[in-house]
Amino acid sequence: MELSRRRLLLGAASSLALLAAGCGSSDDSGGDTKAASTTVSDAGVEAALQAGGTITVWAWEPTLTKVVADFQTKYPKVKVNLIKNGSGNDQYTALQNAIKAGTGVPDLAQIEYFALPQFALGKAVTDLNTFGAKSLDGTFTPGPWSSVHSGEKIYGLPMDSGPMALFYNKEVFDKYGIAVPTTWEEYAAAAEKLHTANPKSWITSDSGDAGFTTSMIWQAGGRPYKVDGTSVSVNFDDAGTKKWTGLWQGLIDKKLLAPVPGWSDAWYKGLGDGTIASLVIGAWMPPNLESGVKAASGKWRVAPMPQWASGEKVTSENGGSSLAVTEASQNKTIAYGFMKYATVGDGAQSRTDQGAFPATTAQLNADAFKNKEFPYLGGQKANEVLAEAAGQVATGWNYLPFQVYANNVYNDSVGKAYTGGSNLQDGLKAWGDASTKYGQEQGFTVK
Amino acid sequence: MTRRSWIGWQFVAPFLAVFALVFLAPIAYSLYLSLYRTRLIGGTSFVGLENYSKAVEDPQFWSAAGRVSLFLVVQVPIMLVLALLVALAIDSGRLYGSSFFRISIFLPYAVPAVVATLMWGFMYGSQFGLISYLNDWFGITLPDPLAPNLVLAAIGNITTWEFVGYNMIILYAALRVVDPSLYEAAAIDGAGQFRIIRAIKLPALRGPLLIATLFSIIGSFQLFTEPVVLRTIAPNAILTYFTPNYYAWQLSVGGQQFNYSATVAVVMGLLTMLVAYLVQARAVRKAV
Repeated sequence: MELSRRRLLLGAASSLALLAAGCGSSDDSGGDTKAASTTVSDAGVEAALQAGGTITVWAWEPTLTKVVADFQTKYPKVKVNLIKNGSGNDQYTALQNAIKAGTGVPDLAQIEYFALPQFALGKAVTDLNTFGAKSLDGTFTPGPWSSVHSGEKIYGLPMDSGPMALFYNKEVFDKYGIAVPTTWEEYAAAAEKLHTANPKSWITSDSGDAGFTTSMIWQAGGRPYKVDGTSVSVNFDDAGTKKWTGLWQGLIDKKLLAPVPGWSDAWYKGLGDGTIASLVIGAWMPPNLESGVKAASGKWRVAPMPQWASGEKVTSENGGSSLAVTEASQNKTIAYGFMKYATVGDGAQSRTDQGAFPATTAQLNADAFKNKEFPYLGGQKANEVLAEAAGQVATGWNYLPFQVYANNVYNDSVGKAYTGGSNLQDGLKAWGDASTKYGQEQGFTVK
Repeated sequence: MTRRSWIGWQFVAPFLAVFALVFLAPIAYSLYLSLYRTRLIGGTSFVGLENYSKAVEDPQFWSAAGRVSLFLVVQVPIMLVLALLVALAIDSGRLYGSSFFRISIFLPYAVPAVVATLMWGFMYGSQFGLISYLNDWFGITLPDPLAPNLVLAAIGNITTWEFVGYNMIILYAALRVVDPSLYEAAAIDGAGQFRIIRAIKLPALRGPLLIATLFSIIGSFQLFTEPVVLRTIAPNAILTYFTPNYYAWQLSVGGQQFNYSATVAVVMGLLTMLVAYLVQARAVRKAV
């Protein structure tokens, strides 16, 4: 690691990033110049689309490519520049930098539900009540629809959703005589039975994943984050959290979880060769299995998420994204028009046909959707299971207005539970403390 | 009265312009940033040296600085001794196929650090990598190189592999310019190979070794690429404050704390300068 050119370049690149980030940071006046009180009617949006203009969209969702093409055919005077600017955190960093710099901000951006509060708080995205988005009440399933709300304000339109379900490798389950678990108790027993029968096979993999943890606590009834405007509280000491840590700590202690980080090469390989026998994950997973785990085609199936008590029907959301109009956009009306087309109009159908898991009730309840057979899943009509899960998402969950940061430092504290230095409950407490400290530094009232 | 000539300045002006733009300006801007604080709620305000007092008391920053110091103290001597041995072996002229030997030792330096780390990361894998195959073949359980207590040594191994050849070239080049008449004189005086190494070759290497050491100190303190790449497969071993540079990067991209990130970068820059200066001063004093 000498002072090579490579390193100097890296250094220069990060200096430039700092440079770009800081430009105009002293001017925080925001873009509230246009009166927000006047609402634009649907007819007004339609007129703007007919008049035409150019908008820029930052998104990594692959199904949008076709939607953009169809949209431009329908409204020939509108030009949509669809740009993939990294996915997830990479895109948020670029977006935050652009917003700070005050230039190069897209009109529309894909933002995951957990990250939306952070952008809403920073006044980076527009309240869609200006366009009467409230009238879309009932168009979307309850989970995603509440995720784009902050009080009365609506900061995005749901693009997809991720109600959780149990994906499992039927071949492995059958081979070792394991019944599909319907409760977490059965799941833990299955984990032990499988790993005892084959020490090279695990029920699932986990080496500490913030998104998974929060979704599991969500289902178990824990509500660690309370958010009221700029006042937040973090408390992982509630009964719901402890239900989950109790179960999961048992699996960690008995070494029943494959120590393979999600989305790594080893993870894909393990999903393909039976090493990792199941996944509790969002309903958007099937296309990822099809493209990333070709080796196991026909072997995987979907079942409802295991429950905390037999007979219950409670799920939670895992992942999923919205589209949001930026405050800095000069073409908000056209941006909203495209966004509505992509999320509730023809675009929603097109994206569902391409394999996205819809957040709209119309697409979700359509017979064609429910009866679709997945060749990868052995011909199973998987959407029947997944659509049911979408209607069972528990309410009342909040993410922190700085969840992007919190998730980023998750492994610093909770990771120790996986390497033998601590346990989950203590790890979560330390994580909560780190989040609290950051919140205070950022000017939040933390209780 | 003589007129001052500006011809010289005109010649260096293109360099100075680029130097100011890509070197001085970012440093000045980092210093400027480090005096402010931007919050999600409350905006930007001037805070003077508050960020610096925070850095001095920041256990995560010192943990990172301590980790690279340990790395420096252990890995750099190992790497330089290996480079020295290889350079002496090639220079001895007794090595069969020495040019092949030289190029193959140097070759890892030509592999980009990202690629090298990915490659080693695969070998380190205890689930699917080389380690797991070794475990299966021999029915043993090797320690996991990516466990929190071993990951620094694993990174040291990667960087040693990468940079032994580079340091070897620096030392070997210095050995090539030693006047052959010195060796002839030594041979006539009846000196053996080890005597020649001690009396002629090592003194000739003093300067190049100092340069190699300084580069290695700077390189150690700037450790960044390897942790970034390894974090995807060892998220619980590579913390967000694993090394100072990685910490500064995480602060800005993960936490949007640009001001504090700039502060950490400035403090680490000063620390690096201080350590490099002390080493150089000590070496120069010894040489006199």
